[in-house]
Amino acid sequence: MEWSFVIEKLILVSVIFVITLVIAMYSTLAERKIAGFMQDRYGPDRAGIFGILQPLCDGGKFFFKEEIIPAGAHKVLFIVGPTIAIITACISSAVIPWGQELQIGDRVVSLQVADVNVGILYMFGVIALGVYGIMLGGWASNNKFSLMGAIRAASQSISYEIAMGLSIIALLMVTQSLSLREIVAGQSGFVNWNIWAQPLGFIIFMVCAFAECNRVPFDLPECETELVGGYHTEYSSMKLGLYMFSEYINMFVSSALMASLYFGGYNFPFMNDLGLSANWITIIGVIVFFLKIFGFIFFFMWVRWTLPRFRYDQLMNLGWKMLIPLAIANIVLTGVFTLIKDTYFS
Amino acid sequence: MTVFYFVAFLSIFFALMTIFTKNPVHSVLYLVITFFTFTVHYILLNAQFLAVVNFIVYMGAIMVLFLFVLMLLNLNKDTEPMKSNLVKFMGVIAGCCLLVTFFGVYRVFDISNPLTVTNPEIGLVKNLGKVLFNEFLLPFELSSLLLLTAMIGAILLAKKEPKQI
Repeated sequence: MEWSFVIEKLILVSVIFVITLVIAMYSTLAERKIAGFMQDRYGPDRAGIFGILQPLCDGGKFFFKEEIIPAGAHKVLFIVGPTIAIITACISSAVIPWGQELQIGDRVVSLQVADVNVGILYMFGVIALGVYGIMLGGWASNNKFSLMGAIRAASQSISYEIAMGLSIIALLMVTQSLSLREIVAGQSGFVNWNIWAQPLGFIIFMVCAFAECNRVPFDLPECETELVGGYHTEYSSMKLGLYMFSEYINMFVSSALMASLYFGGYNFPFMNDLGLSANWITIIGVIVFFLKIFGFIFFFMWVRWTLPRFRYDQLMNLGWKMLIPLAIANIVLTGVFTLIKDTYFS
Repeated sequence: MTVFYFVAFLSIFFALMTIFTKNPVHSVLYLVITFFTFTVHYILLNAQFLAVVNFIVYMGAIMVLFLFVLMLLNLNKDTEPMKSNLVKFMGVIAGCCLLVTFFGVYRVFDISNPLTVTNPEIGLVKNLGKVLFNEFLLPFELSSLLLLTAMIGAILLAKKEPKQI
C-alpha cells in the first residue's frame, strides 16, 4: 500500500462526498422550483438570484433551531436513528464508477472508489441497512404516529427489495458480472445499453427504487395527511435535516445506480469515433453521467408533483401481486432468450 | 491474526450482550452488531459472496423483521411473563449439556494441526457458483425445495379460511 494510492483515494472520496452533499442541497431547491413550475408559480426566489442561496438559508435555519428530545423518548436510539440514515446514504456511492481512467503524468487514476467484485450486492446491503435508521428513529420517538411510519417503512422496504433483487437477477443474466465497473464497461456505445435488453426489468427496478427512497407515490412512511409527519414527527432541528438530507442523497445514489445499470453510465454514443484523447473522453463521460443522473432526479420530482399517493393496501398489492410475478416472468423470459441466442445465433 | 482475535472478541462480547440486556429491542440491535462481526469474519476468510449475503439476508432482512415484531409488541416490565422454576431448571440442564459438548469438541479438536483450504479463491462468486452447480447440485436443489415447502406452509398457515355459509 503506497502513500500516493491512499492520497488518491482520499481525494476521490472527499470530492465525491462534497459533490453528493452539494447535489442533495440543491435538489431541495430544484424540488421547490419544479413544484412551483408545475403549479404555475415562482417557487423560492428571494435569497440570491433565482433563489440560489435558499439551500444555505434552510441549512442555517436547521442549525439554529431548538433541539428537542421528547421526555418519553429513548435518548440514545433517538440520536442513533438519523445518524444511521445519513451514514448509510453516504457510503452507498462507494462502488459506483463515475468515469473511466484518468491519466495524470504517468499515473492512471480510476474514477471509482472501490471496485468490489460483488458491487451490486454491496449496494443492496447498504440500502437494506438504511431502513434501520427510519425504524429506530420512529420507535425511539415513543409516538404512535412515528411508530406507524417506522413500521410502514420497514414493511414497504422489505417487500420492494424482493422485486428489486429479482429484477437485478435478470440483468445479471445479461451482463454476467456482479461488478459495477464491468457492467458499465460492457455497455459502451449506444446499442449495448442494458435498457434495450431489459426494458421490463428497468421499469420494475425504477418502481422499486421509488419505493426504497420513500418518494411519492410511495411516501407512506411520512404521509402528512394520515400520520402528521410519519417517522420524523418528533424530530426537530438538524436531526430532521439529516433525515431529509439522507432522502435526497438516496435519490441521487439511486439515480446514479439506474444510470449506470441500465443507461450505460459514463458511456455516450459515438464515444470511440470522435478522435479525442482518452482523458477528454473520460471527462466528457463524467459530464454525460451526471447529466443522466440529473435527468433521473428530475424524473423523481416530476412524478412527485404529478401522481397522488397510493393507499397502503394498494401499495402492498402492487409490490407482491404485480411486481414480483412480473420480475419472475422477466427472469424466465431472459433465460429463454439467452438460450435461444446462444444456441442458434452464436 | 490480531484482527481475527479482535473481531472474535467483539463477536463474543456482543453475543453475550444480546443475552444479558433486559430490553428486547436492545437485544435485537446487539444481535445485528453480532451478525455484522460475522460478516467481517467472512471477509477475513476471503469469502466475499458469503459475507455480502450474510449482510443482506441476516442484517438487512431477518433482523428487520425481528425488530418489526418487537416494536409492535409493546413490551415493558409489567407485561413481562414470569418464568416458572421448572423452565429455569430445564435451562440450567440445557446449558450444562452445551458446556459438556464444548469441552468434548475442545478435547477432540487438534489445534496444533489446523485445516488449510486448498483453494483460497473458493469464496469468490464465480468459484462458489461452479462448485454449487456441479459438485453439490443435488443438495443445493433439495435445500431450495425445502425452503419453498416451508414458504408455502407459512402462507397456508397465515391465510384465513373463507367462511362457510
